[in-house]
Amino acid sequence: MFSSLAIALCGGLLIGLAASLLLVVNGRIAGISGIISGALWRRESKGSLLSWQVYFIAGLVLSGLLLAVPLKEWLAIEPVVLSAGGIAMPTLLLAGLLVGLGSSLGNGCTSGHCICGIGRLSPRSIAASLVFMLVGIMAAVLLH
Amino acid sequence: MRNLVALLSGLLFGAGLLLSGLADPAKVLGFLDISLMVKGEWDPSLMLVMMTALGVYLPVYLLWVKPRMASSQGPVLDSQYHVPNRSHIDGPLIVGAALFGLGWGMLGICPGPAVVNLSSLDPMALAFMAAMVLGAYLGRLIQRLIARRQQCPVEA
Repeated sequence: MFSSLAIALCGGLLIGLAASLLLVVNGRIAGISGIISGALWRRESKGSLLSWQVYFIAGLVLSGLLLAVPLKEWLAIEPVVLSAGGIAMPTLLLAGLLVGLGSSLGNGCTSGHCICGIGRLSPRSIAASLVFMLVGIMAAVLLH
Repeated sequence: MRNLVALLSGLLFGAGLLLSGLADPAKVLGFLDISLMVKGEWDPSLMLVMMTALGVYLPVYLLWVKPRMASSQGPVLDSQYHVPNRSHIDGPLIVGAALFGLGWGMLGICPGPAVVNLSSLDPMALAFMAAMVLGAYLGRLIQRLIARRQQCPVEA
């Protein structure tokens, strides 16, 4: 129990370090929903197809690839396979649509508002975090 | 160079999501579903994970970034910080956050884990991502409509 909590907290530490690195060195916010939109639609330097957002997303995907085996071997953390969870396709698509629409309208998701936004004491992010935590808790309690 | 920093940050961020359990929808639901408290099965560890991440980010912002912004200095590899400066809490923010919370609470998946879990090439993970991108596109269209209406208000 203690060791699994310690591993989880190391994860939290890494998230904080990763977001700090991006802010201190590049001056950018590590909000994943904003980075995805940026990679798809908001290219600042028109000439280059590979914006910094694409590199960040590549890093995210790469972490899943590189760590799948070590995590399983050393820490018994199994890779997540959504297909194994018995989720109905319409539910999956609806949840994905809501997550995308909500984070786009609300200018951020968990990473952007809860970590980077609260970490900058932004009133908008504190308000958004409170709302989506509350609604998320209500949805999880009522649907499960 | 900046792109390499972005790649490294993404790698570390993803590793953090995987280690903390935030990439695992079952663990996220075990946190959001507070009714589990009654059975003594509620898992508060993700709250501690977020506080740990904030425990790094908040001092970095307050002690390093904020003073530099105040004296018009930029980050290490750029001339200025690209940080949102809006502070007005408006309708789209609250409605968007509520819709996001609903989708998040349904399955326990938010955008970061959705991207990390793409590495499994699991068709369900790809389908979630596709739906999420479609949702984000709709959100952009709505944002644009709102901006246009604010520019030229409809006459009553």
